[in-house]
Amino acid sequence: MSGDRVVTRHLGMRFPLRGRELVALEDVNLRMADQEFCCIVGPSGCGKTTFLRILAGLERQTAGELHLEVTDPARPLSAMVFQEQSVFPWMTVEENVGYGLRMRGVHATVRRGVVAHYLEKVGLTQFAKAYPYQLSGGMKQRASVARAFATAPQILLMDEPFAAVDEQTRALLQEELLRVWESDRKTVVYITHSIDEALVLGDRVLVMSARPGHIKAEIPVTLPRPRSVYELKSTPEFAELVAKVWEPLRQEVLGSFSAMARAS
Amino acid sequence: MTIKVRTARASRGLRGRFVEGVAAERLIGVASPILLLALWEGAGRVGVLDARFFPAPSAIAGTFVDLMRSGELVEHTWTSLGRILIGFTLGAVPGLVIGIAMGLSRLVRAAFKPVVGALYPVPKTAIFPLLLLVFGIGEPSKYAIVAIGVFFLVLLNTMAGVLGIEPVYLDVGRNFGAGRLQVFRTIALPGALPLVFTGIRLAWGNALILIVVAEILAARSGIGYFIQNSYQTFQVEKMYAGLLVISFIGYVSFLLLDELERWLIPWKAGRTG
Ligand SMILES: Nc1ncnc2c1ncn2[C@@H]1O[C@H](COP(=O)(O)OP(=O)(O)OP(=O)(O)O)[C@@H](O)[C@H]1O
Ligand SMILES: [Mg+2]
Repeated sequence: MSGDRVVTRHLGMRFPLRGRELVALEDVNLRMADQEFCCIVGPSGCGKTTFLRILAGLERQTAGELHLEVTDPARPLSAMVFQEQSVFPWMTVEENVGYGLRMRGVHATVRRGVVAHYLEKVGLTQFAKAYPYQLSGGMKQRASVARAFATAPQILLMDEPFAAVDEQTRALLQEELLRVWESDRKTVVYITHSIDEALVLGDRVLVMSARPGHIKAEIPVTLPRPRSVYELKSTPEFAELVAKVWEPLRQEVLGSFSAMARAS
Repeated sequence: MTIKVRTARASRGLRGRFVEGVAAERLIGVASPILLLALWEGAGRVGVLDARFFPAPSAIAGTFVDLMRSGELVEHTWTSLGRILIGFTLGAVPGLVIGIAMGLSRLVRAAFKPVVGALYPVPKTAIFPLLLLVFGIGEPSKYAIVAIGVFFLVLLNTMAGVLGIEPVYLDVGRNFGAGRLQVFRTIALPGALPLVFTGIRLAWGNALILIVVAEILAARSGIGYFIQNSYQTFQVEKMYAGLLVISFIGYVSFLLLDELERWLIPWKAGRTG
């Protein structure tokens, strides 16, 4: 399995729910190469966050297998950028960004250098000493991204990191993320609601089905790198890919709506 | 048809009004107690107030100054403060540790909750006789009653504080490889701190009450003893002087707690500087 960073086989997840069981994931089969940027789209509630939490080791699957290849035991296996606001309100921006390193016992002087490097990359150098309440929503998410990058994880897990920011800011953040990733390549699993975002960022887009979630379609993104968020979207190839992702996704979104209607 | 036009208030005007408001507030804040004291003094002189129970403020002030000069009141004050501080520490530290443990672990919570639930509602003054039996009339019984009162308030607020921490912060800790002790130090403690502080504030107020009660009931020193002793010898001015000291201790200590909170919790939103 050399070269494969992440492999899942028949992965499933059930939650107990009011005496019954809720099947969040069923038979998820996935193979991800090292340094691959993989985007997952799917209807709301289909189990994307659950899948990511299993990859992060925050949750244990109830069925199937998960293999994560460790190549460098000195670096953490994964780091997550959470869907919700997750920078610690009680730490300054630089303390937040350095948190993972501190937990790994990295010496303060080394830490300071790494933190400064990533603060610069996400444009927060001036806010190093600020507390999160002094930041905008987008800035908090950038701090969260920097925190994940700073530990040099072998796998980066990102759960709709830019969903809560406005469109213009999001485009800027995507651009920044691409720049950071291109100079510091690692395996990325990136969850998003936006087809555009998935195509702009990813090497491959996985479409998840409505609950119970499994991988319904895979679309390789053949667009060349380095990419520019703004130019890319106006190309005919891009439009073609959007249609390719939208087709399977549309069925699932419709399906999840009618399931909701049935349930109510 | 009429059209209403609202223009922005001139910034100087707005500022001017604000300053005016603040100045008026300050003035009222200073003037109202002075007015009250003047009324009290006047009522005593005219004979509306019985000077045996409500001696004039000037008489109380005179007694107070005498007592400060002789050092008698100062000594009782230090004695009480010392008891409060020792009892407070003895109660707050375990309250904090167990409160955090209860917040973090279901198991610890299950183990302690019934005991805490049963003991907390018992008025602490009601167990003072028992404490006297166990610890005797000396200092330990004073520490104990303060410690017990403080312990429950700090524990319950700390636990609530930890339970109120957004789960995502604990996930972040786990995801970035924080160990148990590190989760405790970097997430549970600071995350619970705002509520811990509420607990400390309540506990401090409670400690003041409890020490005075304990000293009135069974002590040979302290501000509560001083008041009780003045009562028995019918020195009403001295009683008032004692009350004055308690009120002063309360006022100053809450100012200090505010300052401490500002220093310990600099991340609280809506605060500048
Ligand atoms: N701890 C849990 N206990 C019970 N049910 C859960 C738990 N976590 C998630 N679920 C359920 O699993 C399903 C999938 O949730 P998940 O958060 O993975 O969805 P998602 O695809 O990330 O949705 P969204 O796009 O809205 O973020 C949901 O129906 C949710 O209610
Ligand atoms: Mg989600």
